[in-house]
Amino acid sequence: MKVLVCVKQVAVLGDEVEFTDDERDVDPDYLDFALNEWDSYATEEALRLVEAAGSGEVVVVSVGDEDMEDGMRRCLAMGADRGIRVEAEGRLDPIQVARALAEVVQSESPDLVFAGVQSSDSVQAATGNALAGLLDLPSVAVVTKIDLGDGKATVNRELEGGLVDVVEVDTPAVITIQTGINEPRYATLRAIKQAEEKEIDMRQAGDLGEPGSRVRKMFVPPKGEGAEMLDGGAAEVAQRIKEIVQEKTA
Amino acid sequence: MSVLVVAEHLRGQVRPITLELISAAKELGEETAVAVIAKDPAALADQVDVEGVNEIVSVQVEQDEFENDVYRQAVEQLIAARSPDVVLVGFTVNGMGYAPALAARLGIGFASDVFALRREGGGLVAERSFYGSKVNAEVEFPGHERTLLMIRPTSWPPAEGDGAAVEAELEVSVTGSRARHSDFQEIAASGDVDITTADFLLSVGRGVGEKENLEQFEGLADKMGATLSVSRPLVDQGWMPNSRQVGQSGKTVKPKVYLALGISGAVQHLAGMKTSGTIIAVNTDPEAAIFNVAHYGAVADLFEVAEELEKLY
Repeated sequence: MKVLVCVKQVAVLGDEVEFTDDERDVDPDYLDFALNEWDSYATEEALRLVEAAGSGEVVVVSVGDEDMEDGMRRCLAMGADRGIRVEAEGRLDPIQVARALAEVVQSESPDLVFAGVQSSDSVQAATGNALAGLLDLPSVAVVTKIDLGDGKATVNRELEGGLVDVVEVDTPAVITIQTGINEPRYATLRAIKQAEEKEIDMRQAGDLGEPGSRVRKMFVPPKGEGAEMLDGGAAEVAQRIKEIVQEKTA
Repeated sequence: MSVLVVAEHLRGQVRPITLELISAAKELGEETAVAVIAKDPAALADQVDVEGVNEIVSVQVEQDEFENDVYRQAVEQLIAARSPDVVLVGFTVNGMGYAPALAARLGIGFASDVFALRREGGGLVAERSFYGSKVNAEVEFPGHERTLLMIRPTSWPPAEGDGAAVEAELEVSVTGSRARHSDFQEIAASGDVDITTADFLLSVGRGVGEKENLEQFEGLADKMGATLSVSRPLVDQGWMPNSRQVGQSGKTVKPKVYLALGISGAVQHLAGMKTSGTIIAVNTDPEAAIFNVAHYGAVADLFEVAEELEKLY
């Protein structure tokens, strides 16, 4: 049982923002980085399946520069066996990332490929599905439960409005994992140390082609029109909230 | 620009996103065609025959419900047959199941979670957000003559009015569906309360920090005469049932007052509550996206505000 998990170290924007001179992105000084939340669920799910199978491995894959390895190390600390990083610089769109991942999947021939539903910084919800398209693999997006069978899996696809679509998917398949599917384990300090020793194989990307889109300009969104800010301490804010609630629910 | 809208339907009903896509198409189109891919497309065609639709293309397939291989192949053949400049698909769970794959295979322009659109010169400009909705971006599609856009739900009003669309059919060949629908399950139906009928929702999110802290807000909601609802992270943690969840994957609510404590305002959450009568948001992050839809906002600690509210009720 071999599960390949596509993971991403995402950028998190704090309270303040400045843009790069060409206005096409946020100045990296204003960004923090962390493992994409969805990807910790995807890694946990892969670990559980391999543990249940009794043997196999979990391989984490990222596309990007060396900074990506911080996120990969977290997955390795959770228990993933090894990592593969496809070296790439600069902003890639999800279709280019999928092209880079496709080469890795072809060389590794996993039984399952997982990706998070989306990344919290770009929210394209596209990489995993684009990967399935390029490789012509069966796929299911936004999955909250997996029961593995022989040559197929029964999965819950989480639709809008609290409805679940139970889907039978042929395997190997690409599945995008939704938050809440499991409870990701914490890595112990010892595991974090051990993860430093695990192998991350670096590969050069082939031709990633043209992006599907390109950012022309980033800007701070205009504030909601009617938003009135309540000033003062907690007591004053609470008093105003009470008044507003009374007026508006009357 | 010619636009092809892919209709979305579930259990015999066209979903609202379809009518929103038709409105989005009006920003671009001289010609809007709506494709209805279904076992019995004729039964759904009436629901999309609204103002602004020039043509309804019925595509008959074997499957009643959405299956991603079926849609991917059918839309690929629709594109080949109709050569649209722009293809619009919902940024929905169904859309996420096939549209990126299709765009990647065809190598066409692609962006998802798009909430604004316009033509500029001969080209197309779309807006979407990055970095937890704290930053918006204009994106362009250089070198692409055809573009597939996935549209954020509730960004356009549903198209309405009487249509006069021409009806057409397209025969497609779909080989093998490798991810097959077998059943639907309602996971949010069986709850102790129905948050969609409450006049006053007190809603809490990730800001509560610990499960133990939830009790305090349950107590506060009781005192204030509010119904307690939550954002997705608290359901993911297993702290609250799905039936209490506001947002795209939970319930869509429209109370008279929505008091959001410690909710940053993920797009999926906003989609489920932004039409509430009055929205009051309390968050420590002045840049939290929830303030963009709130009528009243306070940059404050939710525990301190909660404590003060306790004293007032």
